[in-house]
Amino acid sequence: MRQVVVIALNTFRENLRDKILYNLLFFALLLIGVPVLLADLTIMEHRKIVTDMGLAAINLVGVIIAVFVGIGLVSKEIERRTIYTIMARPIRRTQFILGKYLGLALTLLVNVSIMLPVYFGTLWVYRAPVHGALLQAIELIFIELLLVTALALFFSTFSTATLSATFTLALYVIGHLSTDLKGIAEKSESETVRMAMKAVYYLCPNLEVLNMKGQAAMGVSVAWSYQALASVYGLLYVALLISAACVVFQRRDF
Amino acid sequence: MDAILIEGLTKKFRPGWPGLPSVIALAGLSLSVRQGEIYGFLGPNGAGKTVTLKILLGLMRPTSGSAELLGKPAGDVEVRRRIGFLPESPYFYDYLTAEEFLSFYGHLAGLDRAHVGRRVTQLLDLVGLTEARTRQLREFSKGMLQRVGLAQALIHDPELVILDEPMSGLDPIGRKQVRDLILSLRDQGKTVFFSTHIIPDVEMICDRVGILVKGKLLATGRVDDLVSHGHTQSVEIVCEGIDAETVPDIRDASTRVLRQGRQCLVVLPGPKRLEEVLAAIRACGGTLVSVTPQKGSLEELFFKQQAGPTNEQAERKA
Ligand SMILES: Nc1ncnc2c1ncn2[C@@H]1O[C@H](COP(=O)(O)OP(=O)(O)OP(=O)(O)O)[C@@H](O)[C@H]1O
Ligand SMILES: [Mg+2]
Repeated sequence: MRQVVVIALNTFRENLRDKILYNLLFFALLLIGVPVLLADLTIMEHRKIVTDMGLAAINLVGVIIAVFVGIGLVSKEIERRTIYTIMARPIRRTQFILGKYLGLALTLLVNVSIMLPVYFGTLWVYRAPVHGALLQAIELIFIELLLVTALALFFSTFSTATLSATFTLALYVIGHLSTDLKGIAEKSESETVRMAMKAVYYLCPNLEVLNMKGQAAMGVSVAWSYQALASVYGLLYVALLISAACVVFQRRDF
Repeated sequence: MDAILIEGLTKKFRPGWPGLPSVIALAGLSLSVRQGEIYGFLGPNGAGKTVTLKILLGLMRPTSGSAELLGKPAGDVEVRRRIGFLPESPYFYDYLTAEEFLSFYGHLAGLDRAHVGRRVTQLLDLVGLTEARTRQLREFSKGMLQRVGLAQALIHDPELVILDEPMSGLDPIGRKQVRDLILSLRDQGKTVFFSTHIIPDVEMICDRVGILVKGKLLATGRVDDLVSHGHTQSVEIVCEGIDAETVPDIRDASTRVLRQGRQCLVVLPGPKRLEEVLAAIRACGGTLVSVTPQKGSLEELFFKQQAGPTNEQAERKA
């Protein structure tokens, strides 16, 4: 466990010293606060935009960080050969993978924690209603970020950063369309298309399950049972991906 | 128990593309390193030195054969607590300062906080980087990285130190410091196993060497033995007051005679007829200036090995 913590904290420190992270955070804060500049809108429209944009910004910037830092978590260590001195220490490969993952998860958590008060501050300035539903949506966004990080980490254990980015982004998009894919599958005439679409639907994580932004922005809470089930669904996927990453990484030569 | 015991190690790399030939990096390597000695692992580029070290550290798995460190199979996680490793042209986290970097490895090695702090200070001092301790590694020169890499390998006071080309990238003073460091490790009872293709480094400090060529150990033993048995040692005699060329005894016994002003240089192929030649010089009224046995260097042996082992060497291997 100690080894995992050492790696995680060092990964967190690496992220903190990455200037790109600050640019992204700045960008997010801008997105959250920027509707100020949109003129010619009624107060009601303004409030709605602030609420929607903020959630979208928290989500988008989180995903960008999860993907672009996540794809380098392992592949960068191998390409830069920093892995040699690490793996020559009394540390198991699974501990290394877990540590890298938790390091980035911590970065994302801190990131969301910084955006959250700014978001609520903006809402307050506009007198937009602040619901518990927003927090629920943000919790599910965070689960999505954990899932995307696990996807990026998994790909990064066996392919280069560029390929991992492609795979991860592709799965992210499919993950959001997967309900549509199922719809297409049911309507399709061809048996093969139906099977293929079904396979994609069941294999890819269904990220729409974790998307409660629209509902939350209108102030509609999610049932707690749904919230819990969706979170567990996301975390199970994370566990699956990390286990797969460990299996792949275990067999690698450096 | 040997510090390192390698038996019949082979490593075959599958081709990166179907149809290309596979690479055999190690072809049945066997060697042992005793505790408390400095062992030089010598070989030309591409001989398989780095592959061997990676297998020892569990970074790669061998195709066949076995390797043990301190009595535990290579790849054992716990035994790495007692081993220090410096990879070839090391790359490190460049966003860390020298201090943070060493602490990180100290924690990974399982040292407690207070102990880490103490060791970091000691080692920065040892490798001469105390001044640079709060600078980020991205600003370090190649030699400074090599030094901080050495410090990293020693942070947890390991019993067995494995170094891949520890002198590369260092200036002459740095090389000397590393040699002294390796010698002091032996004085503390540690075992040092290092790879290199720079022969004088090996000649100066190693108790034993192994010569690796194309994934096989072609010779191993004490430096002195390899050097003197490997080929004949010539003897150079300088004398005055005679024309050595004209003396038949001298001419017959020597491989070369050179005149330089009043002095003559006589080169004998070996010490066998030395007495005879010295007597002949005196008999003709010449004065002896010097007699210098030319110790063969490992370098000559090394080149000979690369050209292909002679029968004699093959025998010695057996
Ligand atoms: N990951 C790899 N994939 C394929 N071939 C490899 C790999 N690593 C090493 N080799 C091959 O194995 C052989 C031995 O390489 P190695 O790096 O051990 O040489 P070396 O003795 O360390 O040489 P140098 O003095 O240049 O460092 C070389 O032919 C090399 O091309
Ligand atoms: Mg090498």
